[in-house]
Amino acid sequence: MNWLLEPFRHEFMQRALFGCALIGFTNGVLSSFLVLRRLALMADAMAHSLLPGLAVALLLFGLAPSSLFFGALVAALLVALGVQIISGSSRIKEDTSLGLLFACSFSLGLVLLSFSPARVNVTHYLFGNILGLADSDLWIIYLISLIVLPILVLWQRPFLLFLFQPAIAATQGVWVKSLGYLLMGLLVLAMIASLQAVGVILALGMLIAPAATIYLCSDSFTAIFWGGGLIGMFGSCAGLFASYWLNLPSGPCIVLTLGLIFFLAYLFSPKYGVLLRLLRSHRHFHEESLARWQRP
Amino acid sequence: MKHQLVIRDLTVAYARVPAIHHLDLVLSCGHRVALLGPNGAGKTSLFKALVGLVPLETGSVNFGGHGRTPAAAEIAYLPQRNAVDWDFPVTVRGLVEMGRYLKTGWWRAFATEDSSAVDEALRTIGLSDLAERQISALSAGQQQRAFIARSLAQKAHVFLLDEPFTGLDRPSQELLGATLHRLSDEGNLVIAAHHDLKTVPGLFDQVVFLNGELIAFGNTAEVFTEENISRTFETQVFSK
Repeated sequence: MNWLLEPFRHEFMQRALFGCALIGFTNGVLSSFLVLRRLALMADAMAHSLLPGLAVALLLFGLAPSSLFFGALVAALLVALGVQIISGSSRIKEDTSLGLLFACSFSLGLVLLSFSPARVNVTHYLFGNILGLADSDLWIIYLISLIVLPILVLWQRPFLLFLFQPAIAATQGVWVKSLGYLLMGLLVLAMIASLQAVGVILALGMLIAPAATIYLCSDSFTAIFWGGGLIGMFGSCAGLFASYWLNLPSGPCIVLTLGLIFFLAYLFSPKYGVLLRLLRSHRHFHEESLARWQRP
Repeated sequence: MKHQLVIRDLTVAYARVPAIHHLDLVLSCGHRVALLGPNGAGKTSLFKALVGLVPLETGSVNFGGHGRTPAAAEIAYLPQRNAVDWDFPVTVRGLVEMGRYLKTGWWRAFATEDSSAVDEALRTIGLSDLAERQISALSAGQQQRAFIARSLAQKAHVFLLDEPFTGLDRPSQELLGATLHRLSDEGNLVIAAHHDLKTVPGLFDQVVFLNGELIAFGNTAEVFTEENISRTFETQVFSK
């Protein structure tokens, strides 16, 4: 039993666990919206384009959580706005302009960071440091969860209509445009909350893997909504424990754990698992069409 | 008095190029109306204008004495099958329940009245046995009827169907045809964009010929003529 309880003795592990549970749950719930709205790549690009905002904040105000927070927020809004302007005023489509701005933005961030007097480690930006959470980090995570979760829970129905059929949702009185912007806003908030603590890659892992996993297991939106949160929470904590016991870096361990859970669902899900589909008896028309195809 | 859908001087344009040009049309509940016209004739644009998805350049739409509002529960638009994400995690029952959200609002829990409206819609449309199925596990015809059930639960009176018979086999077509008959018998207005001219007389009692402008409108027996068909499908109203 000792090995099980030992991690809890350290204060940094208690903080890390609390952070993991909270970010894991919030991002996990949000992930169902990203997966169903097919925004995963969008989130990826957004996360990487926050770097110049962080760099500018670092250069101007030093390494305080609040300045980094606002730097990231401004950068995210500028990129989101830039995407809308470029795709709206030229023949360039949204995905192209997003990809372009994301590459430029990330590069600009690296250039800006080279002016920083203190040596800044980009790995920290990518993976954060969940074992070094300060009080201010926990507060930001806590506050943002308090904003994001109630909105998603209370507006489940309009969000469901919006995710399923944006065009039809408008005829049912859903303010489709506003909901779209709201979703992007919540995404940016959640990303920033996790960015400080856990870095871009981990934030993205938590924003995509949980819903992708439960999407393979259930046909109920409610189940995906809450299940995403639970998988995000328990998966993150499990990854943290694994990293403690195996003495491996914690951020990558958490992402790999979430990835492993997804892979298990991909193979063994009773509903949409690949293995079960292979084991199920072949349907007649497969052989029929094969026979027709092989005919000379 | 029967409700009427009154369309006055309706113009819909995309970037100043009109898709529908000064359309005047009065349709009454209790009819099944075929909306006929070549590709680009403005059929889908008309549907979108009726439910408020595109702005009106000129004119007005009026149903049952009041203008069109974005949240008009009475008018239900069922988009083409390929516009739906069939992998979406929703069962038939969940889909039909969405039709009640206009009544329940965004927060209120489902009351017995709402549940029974859902049950009734499923029964009417003959999908009670498949209520727990995910929507991609239905046949094409069942999928169409599931969306009609959602509109029934919404208590819609006007059903706008965009090419509902596309891709259906013969038995499914007959089943869907019977459903449309029942809808109109119960006093609803059914308007369907349709392209299979052979089946028009059996399915619809009124016909609208549309090609940018109104070509002809009336009872199928009177206006569904060779002359109107060729006028609709062979004239180019607006240059492409």
